[in-house]
Amino acid sequence: MPSKVRPPLIELTSVRTKEFLRETEAVFWVFGFPLILALALGFAFRDKPPDRVPVAIIEGPAAPQQLAALSKSPALIPRVMKEADAREALRHGKVSVVIAGDAKGVVYRFDPTRPEARVARQDADDALQRARGRRDVVPAREEHVREQGARYIDFLLPGLLGMNLMGTGMWGMGFTIANARMKKLLKRLVATPMRKSDYLLAQFLSRLLFLIVETTVVVAFGWLVFGVRVNGSILLLTLTCIVGGYAFSGIGLLTVSRAKTLEAVSGMMNLIMVPMWICSGIFFSYERFPDAVKPVIRALPLTLLNDALRMVMNDAAGLVEVAPRLLALAVWGVVSFLIGLKIFRWQ
Amino acid sequence: MPSDAILCRGLKKYYADVKAVDGLDLSVGAGECFGLLGPNGAGKTTTIEILEGLTPSDSGEVEILGMTWRRDERALRERIGISLQETQLAEKLTVLETLRLFRSFYRNGHDPDELLRDLSLDEKRDARVGKLSGGQRQRLAAACALVGDPDILFLDEPTTGLDPQSRLQLWDVVQRFRQKGGTVLLTTHYMEEAERLCDRVAIIDHGHLIALGTPAELIRKLEAPHIIEFTTEPPLPEDIWKKLPGCHGMTAKNGSWMLRVDSLADSVPKLLATIDEQRSKLVTLSTHAATLEDLFVSLTGRDLRDA
Repeated sequence: MPSKVRPPLIELTSVRTKEFLRETEAVFWVFGFPLILALALGFAFRDKPPDRVPVAIIEGPAAPQQLAALSKSPALIPRVMKEADAREALRHGKVSVVIAGDAKGVVYRFDPTRPEARVARQDADDALQRARGRRDVVPAREEHVREQGARYIDFLLPGLLGMNLMGTGMWGMGFTIANARMKKLLKRLVATPMRKSDYLLAQFLSRLLFLIVETTVVVAFGWLVFGVRVNGSILLLTLTCIVGGYAFSGIGLLTVSRAKTLEAVSGMMNLIMVPMWICSGIFFSYERFPDAVKPVIRALPLTLLNDALRMVMNDAAGLVEVAPRLLALAVWGVVSFLIGLKIFRWQ
Repeated sequence: MPSDAILCRGLKKYYADVKAVDGLDLSVGAGECFGLLGPNGAGKTTTIEILEGLTPSDSGEVEILGMTWRRDERALRERIGISLQETQLAEKLTVLETLRLFRSFYRNGHDPDELLRDLSLDEKRDARVGKLSGGQRQRLAAACALVGDPDILFLDEPTTGLDPQSRLQLWDVVQRFRQKGGTVLLTTHYMEEAERLCDRVAIIDHGHLIALGTPAELIRKLEAPHIIEFTTEPPLPEDIWKKLPGCHGMTAKNGSWMLRVDSLADSVPKLLATIDEQRSKLVTLSTHAATLEDLFVSLTGRDLRDA
């Protein structure tokens, strides 16, 4: 039975998708790598309760009473030591404060240039004074700030998502096209009645599928492992990712529109991506750069995307607030695509 | 007289450092198998790619099936099938996927499964292209050229680097296409291929046409059906052989002489006698019936396989 002939656009898209899925390394770089990076960085910068600071109490008649008082402090780990041992522990940084004294008074020995030593001295003093009957004159209460959306991982995850969209968008276009051109497959294709626009359109269509999978994987991972929530609308986040992903596909097309070798493509990709890796606020905020260059940094496509992603994920921004950035991204993508198409080398 | 399937006049293509095609006129009749023969760098590929509408020429006219590339590109693409010299089809796709993809580009064409059976590739239909042998790849390339049911097949060195059996299989594909009335233009540097497949052959060198005709006509142009190839020690000068009766010409090749003669029975004894007279010694001696290869050597003084 003759097999059905499907339209070229569908064949091209299906073929492109199959090719990608059969390229094990590519699948890893698109889906696995950002997760490993997020996992590593997330654990490195995870939230911990404040460390308890070790302090030494010198052996003596007052020591047991002092130990009892200091043990009640949630910020300290008190230990009773011989005087010589305590001095050595202080010198080596194993304890931050050495406490000596008797019923008449207390001596705190510590290095005042070390903040945690100053805090420990204060905590120890409070504990000892209260044990001896000091009363606070003004009632005080503590309110701890642990707002979701303000942690490092909350900042990092949208950045990683943006970085990944840039990488896969550019390489997804670049590698396939450069490879097909090098192997003269492009030339063979234009020797058929195939519409050139179908070929390029198929690249974009197959990207859409991966874009959605890729975004879902990263966002779901952040939510399940680190509790990073999407505070804004999921739909707006999806739109942002699609606009961003396609902007980079357009830039990718322009980048490879004339390159003849994979080395040339690789060089140009890095030339374009490395500055954005550094400047566009993936791992740290670009607010640290001098004011003079900030307008330039803000106009870079990855900065636009990262800012938009953070606005939606962290600040629950709506479409109206994100729209200017999405528009700017679309301009980047469309202009690059049109120039790329104009100068595209098919053979 | 059948109309021309392929026609070109005054074709020229100069690159910065080489005149790849330098004023070429060709016409190929419908249903004909036409061979472009020449060494590497002769301009075969440039010529065929101009005819295929893939490379623009600097000057000259091309008409394919009465149409021109400028006006009728899409219509022409529907009616010709092409196998490029060095296309590497996508390695991660299967044979059938590749052929289905190519089939989708054409309005009319063959069923991919049937075509694979015709080309003895049906056992490999689900194999990845990357796992195919050289011969299987070339047959798949031929299948991609045939899948749109073309009127003209362009094949650029279809059997270069193939083993003899794969070559025979591919020749079979070409011959079956011709039986159905198809026109074929192929380039090759294998004389045997041209003699076996082609109705007419154009020998080109440095972008020029240097001989044109049926393989038999061209061999007759040598005016002598036999070749004697020999070396002597010490080597002897050209003048001596010119005087040899029945000798129509000679070419020096890598230190040996090739004489074109009417009759081996007459010429070989005389040759041996002459070598004796000159107090030289015969080192090697071989003879064969003249081929297109010999024609090329006699026309250019060079071997076909010389780059």
